Amino acid sequence: MPPVLQLKGMTKRFPGVLANDHIDLELNKGEVLALLGENGAGKTTLMNVLYGLYAPDEGEIFINGKKATIQGPTDAIMQGIGMVHQHFMLVPVFTVTENVMLGMESIKNGVFLDRQSARERIISLSSQYGLDVDPDALVGSLPVGLQQRVEIIKLLYRNADILILDEPTAVLTPQEVVGLFKIMRALIADGKSIIFISHKLKEVREIADRVVVLRQGRVVGQADPKVTSELKLAEMMVGRQVILNVEKKPAEPKEPVLKVENLKVLSDRHQMAVRGISFEVRSGEIVGVAGVQGNGQTELVEALTGLRHIVEGKVWVGNKDVTNASPRVITEAGVAHIPEDRQRDGLVLPFPVADNLVLNTYYLPPAAKGLRLQEDYIRDHANKLVKEYDVRPPMPLVAAGNLSGGNQQKVIVARELSRPDKLVIASQPTRGLDVGSIEYIHAQLVRKRDAGAGVLLVSAELDEIMSLADRILVMYEGEITAVLQAGEASKEEIGLYMAGVKRQFAHQEETR
Amino acid sequence: MSEKPSQPQVQPRKPRLNLQSLGLPLLAVVTALVIGALVIIFTDSSVYEAFGTGGLFAGLARAAEVIGTAYGAFFVGAFGNPAQIIQAIFSGDGQAFLNAIYPLTETLRTTTPYIFAGLAVAFGFQGGLFNIGAEGQYFVAGLTTVFVGYSLKGVPAIIHLPLALLAGIAGGALWGAIPGLLKAKTGAHEVINTIMMNYIAFRLAEFMLDVGGPMARPGYRPVSPEIEPSAYLPQFFPSDSNIRFNVGFFLALAVAWLVHWLLFKTTLGFEIRTVGKNAHAARYAGINVPRTIVITMVIAGGLAGLAGATDILGVLHFMPNAFSSGYGFDAIALALLGNSQPSGVVLASLLFGALKAGARNMQGIAGIPVDITAILQGLIIIFIAAPQIIRSLYGLRQPAKQEQLVLTSGWGKM
Repeated sequence: MPPVLQLKGMTKRFPGVLANDHIDLELNKGEVLALLGENGAGKTTLMNVLYGLYAPDEGEIFINGKKATIQGPTDAIMQGIGMVHQHFMLVPVFTVTENVMLGMESIKNGVFLDRQSARERIISLSSQYGLDVDPDALVGSLPVGLQQRVEIIKLLYRNADILILDEPTAVLTPQEVVGLFKIMRALIADGKSIIFISHKLKEVREIADRVVVLRQGRVVGQADPKVTSELKLAEMMVGRQVILNVEKKPAEPKEPVLKVENLKVLSDRHQMAVRGISFEVRSGEIVGVAGVQGNGQTELVEALTGLRHIVEGKVWVGNKDVTNASPRVITEAGVAHIPEDRQRDGLVLPFPVADNLVLNTYYLPPAAKGLRLQEDYIRDHANKLVKEYDVRPPMPLVAAGNLSGGNQQKVIVARELSRPDKLVIASQPTRGLDVGSIEYIHAQLVRKRDAGAGVLLVSAELDEIMSLADRILVMYEGEITAVLQAGEASKEEIGLYMAGVKRQFAHQEETR
Repeated sequence: MSEKPSQPQVQPRKPRLNLQSLGLPLLAVVTALVIGALVIIFTDSSVYEAFGTGGLFAGLARAAEVIGTAYGAFFVGAFGNPAQIIQAIFSGDGQAFLNAIYPLTETLRTTTPYIFAGLAVAFGFQGGLFNIGAEGQYFVAGLTTVFVGYSLKGVPAIIHLPLALLAGIAGGALWGAIPGLLKAKTGAHEVINTIMMNYIAFRLAEFMLDVGGPMARPGYRPVSPEIEPSAYLPQFFPSDSNIRFNVGFFLALAVAWLVHWLLFKTTLGFEIRTVGKNAHAARYAGINVPRTIVITMVIAGGLAGLAGATDILGVLHFMPNAFSSGYGFDAIALALLGNSQPSGVVLASLLFGALKAGARNMQGIAGIPVDITAILQGLIIIFIAAPQIIRSLYGLRQPAKQEQLVLTSGWGKM
């Protein structure tokens, strides 16, 4: 039997970049093929070529042994290829049924939408593959994990046999990932084939039947995930030896650089999100804040950096009271902030990298003299930082929006860590990044610590917290449920604190 | 995260003047002229007659003749008659020369308020604000300017003229500041409020200038008194009272340069553009977003105010009740056409100035209604706003940037 999908010699060039270089790829019926590679390796480009979003410069596509021409997503869908993009293509104000119907609406009596039949089909697909989606729910009200399932239903509704999932786990909680994998197994069992794009080695090893590794636009190898170690996969991906565990000396904490006392903060929905927590970060240590996302970490960081109003409590940076101070005052007090949402808060995407590198210091000498921006300095500063922090391409005038996610994050890291600050607040600093970038950013945070800064690291990745932090705070429902020394607790035990099953401290009184 | 080919796409610090950005507006103009020609042919009864009596060739010949006359008159109306200009130069007759270049001076005279008003809207765009209020700001500036112009007497020009200009800037800035403040303090949308401020400005001008109104001149015309000559913007050819071309045009060019400098070379411009492109990141970066919004609207209003001030001080020398010629609304088109860049606005204003001046002559000579310019302007705007039409018409390739946009994605943002 021929493979369901075969790519031969696929090549895609962009001006100055060979994004895909004669890639050969086969996908067999009923398998999960993982496409592994760093950001910028060409995974998404390849899939966009396959999905008809880009026209390939060379190469042929065969589906079930027959040569196929795909000139757009419509062709791809006709050929049974469906793709879930990194960025969901859903209308938030429509219901699940309406979103699924969109683009292939069935009509009754000539003019009316036949929601009923679509709805029934969604229910049956949903139960067949264990998707568990309410067809009448508004998409905007669903959590990200369920929205992703709506995308999958959209593909199934269009009778896709080949499903391309582009980094589907990047936005999911660990529990949601388990659910997704269950669905993927059900799809495989039904004879569907899946291309799974990821750079998370653990997940690839867990779900994939076969791994193809891309590097710099080329296929650099295949591997059997069941027998290949994570380290080996990482090295294939990056093309050199990597250190998965962060190497660091024991911390030497000195004076406190951040003191938080009885901090209370409201969420966007005016619920108490941070319920009177107190802690310290000392110079020369990394304090990790662990917790399932949505337990007040985002609000905590925003309150500390001046982006959210503090209802009650006090915050000091060094000896300076910065409670409800403006972001500028806090920055000037010596706080670097790597924000959680790099595209929303951390960068102005249409601006060149050089301008983004002075985003919060543009008004200070030497970036400005009085009212005048010093363009020469800004450019030289950028040239220096893109080299020092390995931003690719190292061109200060490229718009930040044209960089890959990992390199965008490196721009932020370069900006924030190149200042001589005493406190670094890093929120999800490596979310969605590849092994190489993660390794690099971790090393930079440790370097900053060793240079005497205090680091507050907030991350949903428990592995990251455990490998970086010298002290771990566990947050659950806006409270700190545990304070642990690094190496003191096992992953399982921290998991219990994160889930609120166990707590070191008495429950705070309900405050609203 | 999305992986993208790292294509070196340079974000312009200077105005973007590559072929694609210059070529599209040019093709838009050419296409609009072609369609305008068709409109002229189809609305001309003599063409139908020629087709009816003389057959196909006579009809086509007549059509060509009509177009020739119309666009010929248009060109002469906008730039002058080249033969006449050359002749005048050789004859050494000063008055003949002035007569010959009169159309060109009219084009530049019309261009002046376009530049100011276009800058006002473009400046708002750079700060992420949609300033529809240039028209109202222009009106209020007219009132403040003309008041300073006629009420101060016996003041030397060196003081009177700057004061009158400042009065115009202040009037426009005030009218811009109000919606700016409302946006900054309450989040009220500037589009609604600038439109409302326009109506208030129109009615305010009516009240002030109506017969018997506080700023009306004695008599039966709803106009203000004449301003003092000490407040006049200097004319270049004071000997010929027909020529209204004045220093205002060069003031506009200087202000366009100043706006460019402010936007791209100063910290304030950096703040304005950052707020315009990403207000979240601006807040993160410590920029006072509400304050920046107010400043942006004040400056935008001041720019529109200069359009009103220079019209009063350089051209009209009084303020009629029916003051505007729709500059404030054309300005939105100018800002779009000019890609919100000061240099682009200047070029777009020259085009619109030429269209307007040319159309007057076309009506006079060829009997084509001036409304044809409204059609041309409208078509140009449509083609600029929907560049795909022009691209498919001329088989141009989509710039690679569009292809990239598909990929510029992050997770889970809906």
